[in-house]
Amino acid sequence: MAEASNTYRDGPDDMGHFGLFGGRYVAETLMPLILEVERAYDDACADPSYAKELDSFRTTYAGRPSPLYFAERLTEHFGGAKIYFKRDELNHTGSHKINNCLGQILLAKRMGKTRIIAETGAGQHGVATATVCARFGLECVVYMGAKDIERQKPNVFRMNLLGADVRAVEKGSATLKEAMNEALRDWVANVDDTYYLIGTAAGPHPYPTIVRDFQSIIGEEVREQMEAAEGRLPDTLVACIGGGSNAIGLFHPFLDDSDVRLIGVEAAGKGIDTTEHAASISGGNPGVLHGNRTYLLQEDGGQIRDAHSISAGLDYPGIGPEHAWLHMQGRVDYVSATDQEALAAFQLCSKLEGIIPALEPSHALSYVGKIAPELSADHLIVMNLCGRGDKDVFTVADALGTEVGAES
Amino acid sequence: MSASVTESRLTRRFEKLKEKNRAALVTFITANDPDPKLFRQLLEGLPTAGADIIELGMPFSDPMADGPSVQLSSQRALLAGVSIDDVLGAVADMREWEMDTPVILMGYYNPIYRYGPAEFSEAAANAGVDGVIIVDLPPEEAEELNHHLRANNLHMIFLAAPTTDETRLPRVLDHASGFVYYVAVKGVTGTKSADISEVSARVAAMRKQTDLPLGVGFGIRTAAQAAEMAQFADAVVIGSAIVDIITDGIDGDRRPQPGLAARVLDFVKDLANGVQTARLGGAENASTGAGA
Repeated sequence: MAEASNTYRDGPDDMGHFGLFGGRYVAETLMPLILEVERAYDDACADPSYAKELDSFRTTYAGRPSPLYFAERLTEHFGGAKIYFKRDELNHTGSHKINNCLGQILLAKRMGKTRIIAETGAGQHGVATATVCARFGLECVVYMGAKDIERQKPNVFRMNLLGADVRAVEKGSATLKEAMNEALRDWVANVDDTYYLIGTAAGPHPYPTIVRDFQSIIGEEVREQMEAAEGRLPDTLVACIGGGSNAIGLFHPFLDDSDVRLIGVEAAGKGIDTTEHAASISGGNPGVLHGNRTYLLQEDGGQIRDAHSISAGLDYPGIGPEHAWLHMQGRVDYVSATDQEALAAFQLCSKLEGIIPALEPSHALSYVGKIAPELSADHLIVMNLCGRGDKDVFTVADALGTEVGAES
Repeated sequence: MSASVTESRLTRRFEKLKEKNRAALVTFITANDPDPKLFRQLLEGLPTAGADIIELGMPFSDPMADGPSVQLSSQRALLAGVSIDDVLGAVADMREWEMDTPVILMGYYNPIYRYGPAEFSEAAANAGVDGVIIVDLPPEEAEELNHHLRANNLHMIFLAAPTTDETRLPRVLDHASGFVYYVAVKGVTGTKSADISEVSARVAAMRKQTDLPLGVGFGIRTAAQAAEMAQFADAVVIGSAIVDIITDGIDGDRRPQPGLAARVLDFVKDLANGVQTARLGGAENASTGAGA
């Protein structure tokens, strides 16, 4: 630990900065709360009983560890590198989001908070939050853009079943960005009893760190599982990126393994050269939003642009600050995949592997399909299959011009 | 802080009002809301109507600390079109005929960050701006901008909130300049009503720790409420209640109804009357004495 200068894993600094990025850009009303969350998290990390309880819930409730699966038919199809999936879509609630929610709900409980708020895009984080709130008997309010409510109906219904109050946000682009604004406003107004359970590795410090730490179980398991399967580390890791929580969770345990190539796939929507995409690094600039400095889609005058992606979970004009820093360091390569490419990968994975992936990791798979054919058969790729696609069937049917429910 | 701004249009105004034993009325409107023409009319009329300090909102696409009123006004202004240079241009024009009324800008950091903290500070000072409030720049993150503001003799005004506890308050006060803006409610702008006894207790406690004037805002909507706050605070900020008159006075295409500017300015006159007479006649408030 003493040789901090040779590692990519010792960030952020005491003020929550990853180099230029990160920080705590929030209104004064929230500042004391954020400091309180930081203190509570530090206390929890120093308490073995906290880790023990989290571990138990991970095993018996979330179903960890998730399997590392050799995607044999896709490997054959692409005819190059050996492709593995980290099956985080098999977790309870159907995505990696439960990893973070379990950690944070136990933290909120330690802090004596009785009301939980969250923002959600695809609804995966909303469902995971509603789930842990049900499990621990806490009131749950989820803010969700009206447009996302429309395209993620199954998840809205699930949240309602779990007892959550899903509040539609009609403003602006009515997607994840506005949901996060509204959640922050709620928190300012309900500071005494409320805990804000942020779902991605963004927002004010300490959230990017907290979320990363809870998601790092993904990468830690991959290390062990790949060692067992192949007797060595993987060569390339690929994950999709909206805010970037599943990606940082996969990457972080490997940051100092310089031989492991790390690739984050952003959503290119209708194309990076159009105005309709969600690729903050490929198509944005540094700026300050939602409590942190990071890459943002923005106008020259600093107004935030609306993002676009067919995938509600990637439809956000920013990215976690640690990713922004890793990009600047050149440690992780950030690339992108379009709506159409993701749709093609979605169908391919369903047909060849019998796994219907969420649209989010379909972006990652699309990029795997680009690089795998060029790589040798002993090259090991791990892609994080971070969510299952049941929630997306209506969106995909719509994009393919099919009517769901009209049996032919 | 070293080299803090000690003499300015803002400090002179507070000193003058202290001599008169009354609080300052701070009025908030958003630049170019609902359009540049009405905004300019309001700017021209505010000093005469009784605004002692003019606070101008620099619109941002994602005003996280603002309630529905200011959100709507920001959206209207952005639809009308407004840049930092537009805001500064309006202030510069105003300075051709109004030299005494301080102007402070309220906004979020990203547009300023994009403009460049150094460039912004210099341009704002040249335009005749006196201070800024950047909602999402707490003391921990403020130095990147603040050292440029100080170099240009501009105040960076910080917020203290009901949640700002005893251990944290000194840090906020240490950075504060111009005046301290006490957020009277736990919430976003324009959504809750301030509790007078809670606020006066907090202001009295803060007086023991700073010589700076203490302003109060968020949750003050009427002349009567403004007058109550003006008994013990050095400045009373009204925003959403003014902005709401604009919201109610435009049509679906953001066109102002006839007489809208006059209606807004009449309301400001009411507020000014309340603030100016707050300490006259009635029972002497123990904590009166604008200033330390």
